[in-house]
Amino acid sequence: MSWVLVLPILVPLTTALLCFAVRGPSGLQRGVSVAGAVALLAAAVLLMREVLAGGILVAQMGDWPAPFGISLVADRLAAIMVMITGIVAVAVAVYALADIDAARQRFGFHPLFHILITGICGAFLTGDLFNLYVWFEVMLIASFALLVLGGERAQIDGAVKYVALNLISTVMFLSAVGLLYGMTGTLNMAELHIRVREVENTGLLSAVAMLFLVAFGIKAAIFPLFFWLPAAYHTPPVAVSAVFSALLTKVGVYALIRVFTLIFTHDVGFTHTTMLIVAALTMVTGVLGAAAQMEMRRILSFHIISQIGYMILGLALFTPLGLIGAVFYLVHHIIVKANLFLVSGVANRLGGSFDLNSLGGLYAERGWLAMLFLIPAFSLAGFPPLSGFWAKLLLIQASLEVEAYWVAAVALVVGLLTIYSMTKIWNQAFWRPRPEGKAAPAAAVSRADLLLLTLPIAAMALLTLIIGIWVQPFLTVAGEAAAELLDPRLYVEAVLGRAP
Amino acid sequence: MTIVLALLVGVLFAASVYLMLSRTLVRYLFGLVLMGNAANLLIFAVGGLSLGEPAIIPSGLSAPDEAIANPLPQALILTAIVISFGLLAFAMVLAFRANEELGTTVTDKMRVAEPIDDASGGDPGALGPGEDVAEPVPAAAATGARP
Repeated sequence: MSWVLVLPILVPLTTALLCFAVRGPSGLQRGVSVAGAVALLAAAVLLMREVLAGGILVAQMGDWPAPFGISLVADRLAAIMVMITGIVAVAVAVYALADIDAARQRFGFHPLFHILITGICGAFLTGDLFNLYVWFEVMLIASFALLVLGGERAQIDGAVKYVALNLISTVMFLSAVGLLYGMTGTLNMAELHIRVREVENTGLLSAVAMLFLVAFGIKAAIFPLFFWLPAAYHTPPVAVSAVFSALLTKVGVYALIRVFTLIFTHDVGFTHTTMLIVAALTMVTGVLGAAAQMEMRRILSFHIISQIGYMILGLALFTPLGLIGAVFYLVHHIIVKANLFLVSGVANRLGGSFDLNSLGGLYAERGWLAMLFLIPAFSLAGFPPLSGFWAKLLLIQASLEVEAYWVAAVALVVGLLTIYSMTKIWNQAFWRPRPEGKAAPAAAVSRADLLLLTLPIAAMALLTLIIGIWVQPFLTVAGEAAAELLDPRLYVEAVLGRAP
Repeated sequence: MTIVLALLVGVLFAASVYLMLSRTLVRYLFGLVLMGNAANLLIFAVGGLSLGEPAIIPSGLSAPDEAIANPLPQALILTAIVISFGLLAFAMVLAFRANEELGTTVTDKMRVAEPIDDASGGDPGALGPGEDVAEPVPAAAATGARP
């Protein structure tokens, strides 16, 4: 059994327990939390090295042979996702030290945060459909608790919608798993790949595939199932919003990529075309929703939705280039989106509001913050040479390749409208002078706090730049990941030990 | 037997969807309970029903020598019951707190996080003009953060 494969689940789980054990006024859990996040990143790097060197890693839990027990599997996509989770975990754990108030820390922010990360890593690494359901629930209950931690009115309000819609997705997922099990008699994803081909009633199979699309679609916030996201994501503290926006919807996207490349490829003309239309509608509604908002975090929330559309687009095209684009977009988006939320938090601390109507003058007062906003913002909009440019370029090229010109046009227009939203934030919060009668908040941010808030932002902005400028190694890995996804034989052989 | 269970699952799903379409949180919760049970029964039904065939392997053998009931659906359902119990407990407390903080369980009136008039910006405390201000908000709401 490969321990490297279990570490990304064990490390955050242990960290959560330790944080809980040493909670209290001493502040010891703050150190434990950051150390745990760093350890997770180290474990993720180890996993990535092993996967890049030796191909798909498999571990059978409890030594039960593959279709009977639960398998943990790390192919390149899973390793990439765990790696990026580690990066976000470190950034947010550091940021949270200055962002989360003492009461929330005392009432369990740190343990909950690490339980959330445990669930996310588990979902990325599992090779069993029912186990995926369980990891989703671990993630979900931790996110519920993080969302309402603090108990402000807006938080409770947002949580009602978030909880209601996500619980429906949970039941849908469970029913879909049950139906698929009834048809195939297995829950192991690798074996499902084989058994699904033996199912005679492909119409029924497509119906179950649509159930999965809806269940994961609610998690991923695709059109028209996204309403919980803009209702909830702007209500908790920024550190929580940032980790949600970076990772939660992306677990849904990851699950969609997994089941629609490994299991449901029997009728690509139907399932993937449906996703293509959904992807275009998701991109457009998200970006239009953002255009109507004046609250920084709500603008960013709507942009998550429109960006999810791009990732689904890559999956829906179902070509090598499309999947490379989807994988690359996932990585780019997680870093950039988390970073933008973190910047909005600093803008709130320095400017006293998230509302673009009352912000202003941040460029004159804090030039460095303006620069740190510009990098992720322009990357999101797709300016060269930042990471978003390559991500969008790949997807548009992929759509042109299969002559889906209308999708390419939609992607380009949505990119343009993204610039509109980003320049709106730039103009209102940074460029124009502070509006009359809106003074900066009286309580100044201490230097130590400011350092804790800025370090993660600067590090992630640097990462965006690096991905944008030295794009080739990242493209190579994304290309290998896409090749594995399009040729599930490798995955099946690694898990079951025999060719399909 | 399977057909009876299948019909029951259908009825339960229909009833739960009907309840969930209600604007009241309490009915949504009832719908959620029903839907969770419907999903569990669904797994039970598709796992294959059998009568009087205990899933026990005689001692000395490593595999069953005759037909046995499929134990896996029951393991899945047990897990799902535990999980849905936890989630339901959370959802109920959340509904209770929503009633305390927001003074209503009608989802149409919950506009604190998304005020109708966006000119008031992201101030979560602001009430939109379309909101029913007559709805009494208990004093507990004014105390703000209360973990």
